[in-house]
Amino acid sequence: MMQEATKPVGNGKEMPVRYDGKLKVMGKATYAAEFADKNTLQAYLIQSTIPAGEITAMDITAADRASGVVKIITPFNAPKLPIAAPQPPATRRLSLLQDHSVYYNGEPIGVVVAKSYEEAVHAASLVKVKYRTTPAKLNFDKRLGEARDPKGGHAPKAAKHGDEAAAWAKATTVLEQTYTTPIQTHVPMEPHATVAMWEGEKLTIHDATQYISGERQTLAKHFALPIDNVHVIDPYVGGGFGSKGSTWSHVILCAMAAKIVGAPVRLVLDRPQTFGPVGSRPATTQTIKLGTDAGGKLVAMKHDVILPTSVMDDFLEAAATQTTMLYQCDQISTSHKMVDMNIGVLTYQRAPGEAPGTAALESAMDELAEKLHMDPLQLRLANYAEKDPGKQVEFTSKHLREAYTDAAQRFGWSKRSSTPGTVREGNLRIGYGMATATYPANRSAGMAVVRLMPGGRVFVGSGTQDLGTGMYTIMAQTVMQELDVPWEMVDVKLGDSALPKAPVSGGSQSTASVGPAVKEACNQLKLKLANMAIDDASSPLYKAKAADIEVKAGKLQLKTDPTKSEPLTASLTRNGNKPIEEQGAAEPSEEVTRGLSPHSWGAVFAEVAVDDSTHMVKVRRIVATYDIGKLLNRKTGISQLEGGIVWGIGSALSEETVLDNNTGRIVNNNLAEYHVPVNADAAVIEVAVIDQPDTKFSPQGGRGIGEIGVTGVTAAIANAIYNATGKRIRSFPITPDKIMMAS
Amino acid sequence: MNPFTYERASSPEATLHTLAANKNAKLLGGGTNLVDLMKQNVEHPTTLIDITRLQTLSKIESADGGHRVGALVRNSDLANNIDVRKIYPLLSQALLAGASAQLRNLATTGGNLMQRTRCYYFYDPALPACNKRAPGTGCGALQGFNRIHAVLGQTDNGPSGAHTCIATNPSDMNVALAALNAVVEISGPKGKRTLPVRDFHRLVGTTPELDTNLAHDELITGVHLPASAGKYAGNSYYLKARDRQSYAFALVSVAAGLEMDGGSIKSVALALGGVAHKPWTSKAAEAALIGKPATPETFRAAAAAVVDGAHGYQHNAFKIELAKQCVVSALTLAAQGTSARNEGTAA
Repeated sequence: MMQEATKPVGNGKEMPVRYDGKLKVMGKATYAAEFADKNTLQAYLIQSTIPAGEITAMDITAADRASGVVKIITPFNAPKLPIAAPQPPATRRLSLLQDHSVYYNGEPIGVVVAKSYEEAVHAASLVKVKYRTTPAKLNFDKRLGEARDPKGGHAPKAAKHGDEAAAWAKATTVLEQTYTTPIQTHVPMEPHATVAMWEGEKLTIHDATQYISGERQTLAKHFALPIDNVHVIDPYVGGGFGSKGSTWSHVILCAMAAKIVGAPVRLVLDRPQTFGPVGSRPATTQTIKLGTDAGGKLVAMKHDVILPTSVMDDFLEAAATQTTMLYQCDQISTSHKMVDMNIGVLTYQRAPGEAPGTAALESAMDELAEKLHMDPLQLRLANYAEKDPGKQVEFTSKHLREAYTDAAQRFGWSKRSSTPGTVREGNLRIGYGMATATYPANRSAGMAVVRLMPGGRVFVGSGTQDLGTGMYTIMAQTVMQELDVPWEMVDVKLGDSALPKAPVSGGSQSTASVGPAVKEACNQLKLKLANMAIDDASSPLYKAKAADIEVKAGKLQLKTDPTKSEPLTASLTRNGNKPIEEQGAAEPSEEVTRGLSPHSWGAVFAEVAVDDSTHMVKVRRIVATYDIGKLLNRKTGISQLEGGIVWGIGSALSEETVLDNNTGRIVNNNLAEYHVPVNADAAVIEVAVIDQPDTKFSPQGGRGIGEIGVTGVTAAIANAIYNATGKRIRSFPITPDKIMMAS
Repeated sequence: MNPFTYERASSPEATLHTLAANKNAKLLGGGTNLVDLMKQNVEHPTTLIDITRLQTLSKIESADGGHRVGALVRNSDLANNIDVRKIYPLLSQALLAGASAQLRNLATTGGNLMQRTRCYYFYDPALPACNKRAPGTGCGALQGFNRIHAVLGQTDNGPSGAHTCIATNPSDMNVALAALNAVVEISGPKGKRTLPVRDFHRLVGTTPELDTNLAHDELITGVHLPASAGKYAGNSYYLKARDRQSYAFALVSVAAGLEMDGGSIKSVALALGGVAHKPWTSKAAEAALIGKPATPETFRAAAAAVVDGAHGYQHNAFKIELAKQCVVSALTLAAQGTSARNEGTAA
């Protein structure tokens, strides 16, 4: 059961509904796979069944003869592609049938194209593969000693501000513990899906992606095409969470298949195929050492992370990042090291770094508080960072103190028993826990176009994506606010690479990147309309100053004398009834480019009930207050924060991708065995926001909210379990067996 | 998925004929497990006989002082049947603890009896070793990820042993039926026969590929709940420990029913799920309870008897202790009286 935020938010006009809500409820929102027509052939991936080695032969005789089969593409017959790296954010190596190597179990090693999906799947099962196996690198836990430095760097700079040994010598209380988090897989409801069609040297791709313009560049590079020859379309994304943030092998393979067979081809991954070939979050082993003085002030911090990485490519889950900025401390050191594994390339997942990082750091802070005989909230307040201690600069805006106070009060933190294991209800033990949430505020350059259409409707477009997050709504709302038109008069288009370019929908940056661009395009359009009227002797606004003219209720009017006005349709008439268009571009603010530190903040409180005999944990309540700048839209914004919290519940209690250490196969590769939270696991969730605009970050004052909800929740639940049972579980997820076996 | 033909059964008799004529035919009930296994390339029937329209197998009726449940009664209908809720609450609770509402709406009683293991190594043909899926190939679970596997009654001749299998029966319904001593009613080419649920499912022995004692040419027509199963109506509890609050298979589950005589236990219905290749029952545990006072000491003695001889592996050894604790808890809660709202979930 969810509860809406109780606190009133927002003061501007907000979209009262989701722009795309009705279409989705009616099943009329068209997802990538639905762009196939009756001429589209169906493709299915063939995957490796060994973790490491080389393919020596592939017998496709039986498969080739199977019903409906059009083409089977293997490393032995695939066309050679230009050697190219995909567009960032990830610069990973893909599996494109260019050689015979196998790097992980489940790696794409071929594509079957058939008339129907079922025929393609069946034929794939008839392909016989011969391998020469080589020893595989598996079993992360037993190979921590092999950890090495990341190849590409990217690790956050450790903040060492002096003599490390001297700092530790000052510590009167030291806590050192190791925490582990598992591999997690994104499992968005919409599986990865691609439809590719060629017309000569022009490629059109419908794809489930968080980054149409990046995918466009990746495809252009892999097929040596001019960028203008590639058109990527994806109006709706059924969740991505990072797994659709960059282009994976199947997208290129689908385009390759379509080129070979000379017809449109659709390639949809089934659920097990989304475990491995399209990325997962790395596991982490995190050792945290915290030292304080007698008053509980941190004098030194150390956070060392070891994580697995694919032998194909490094991906760094920078789990120590938040440790460099979350609490005031003059001596902070962090490190990240990697262990090579024969697994699929790992990738970004919702709150990469901060999700596992806060799980560990905020558990450690709870342990430290207990060691110091301090209230966990007091410990956080005692170490409140007024400035970014890592970068030693100001934050753009920080209201975390208010968030702590608000959430603690609404939760009833003062009723917490500080002695663990003392609150019982029958067979249940009840516990309270809290943690800090944090996520950086990101923003990139974005562009948008706004067009006044004949008849008075307004078109707004940007080459961004909507992952179900609310981008349509925010774009419509921005036009509604800037041009004072009813939202029903606004037509939004996104997810098309022909539109002005926008960044990847990742890092919680889309609203902050595209919103200001839409706002700027609206400003430019207003200026253009005003200038057209000023120049027209027949207009009541003839020879007025552009700065004195505003757009209100469908009219251009003089701010000082609204009787001097003309309807917007007059501009259209003036323009020969042709659309009037302006583009807008926006870049990160000067304050941020100058070096101010932009972050979002939150305080998360959890109540759990732990069953004495089954050792199952029920999260009863999560109360959280966030400082995310201005909340631009309550419906989509609160929903994202709540969704993030549910994600955190899964991370705390049940989600874990399990690799068989003998074969490198992911064994729980389906939704029955990979345990995302079900409704019964989602607690009563009470979210509130401080709603203070951060105008040093963005002109709209809002920071990203897609990921911060995940952070802190996992530790808050772990800390509540400790409070309930007196058992400290440092290995996530906290399943019933771990609670039972802990002493 | 392999190509197959689909036909609709016109009668139980015709179904038996088709089965007898085709060794690769399989019966289709709700399809919630079989179709998954076909998609996974684990099951390869060449013919599916859809029996879901056989009205005669879709009824719940009074029979011989107890009730007969047709093989095609859906899990949701069975769980929510008013007689079942009143007289056999343990069965209703177990059913509602299983799967999800959507799956229960489709899954049938006969299909649930035939449900196959969730062992990862059975479910994925790309994994080389599974004696159940491919007899003689060994057992990938033994030295693999064996958290969900058996601790009681398994066959362990090492990872390459031709009979080794540590799979579990994943059903919740079967656990309650075993506890209540229900009887499976079967039609075959030689006529009708019955098999107690406790004998319907098999231990691994030397035939890991066989889950049940049902022959290929036989049809489950129903399950009989005997009059004696009604004795536990007032003191029943189905307890299920699992990794999330719903839609997760049992790590351990306990179906517990007590017939009380004042403060002492007159008779008992007790079975465990998630621990063995079949619903696990224990004569020794029953003996430790019958005629004894319903006290924690009695329950602990029964729990110790249940897990006598248990053997765990790297990831599932916890199940032995968890089973003991869950047995004590389920018996304790059953002794306190059937709770109207118990759906077998914690908290």
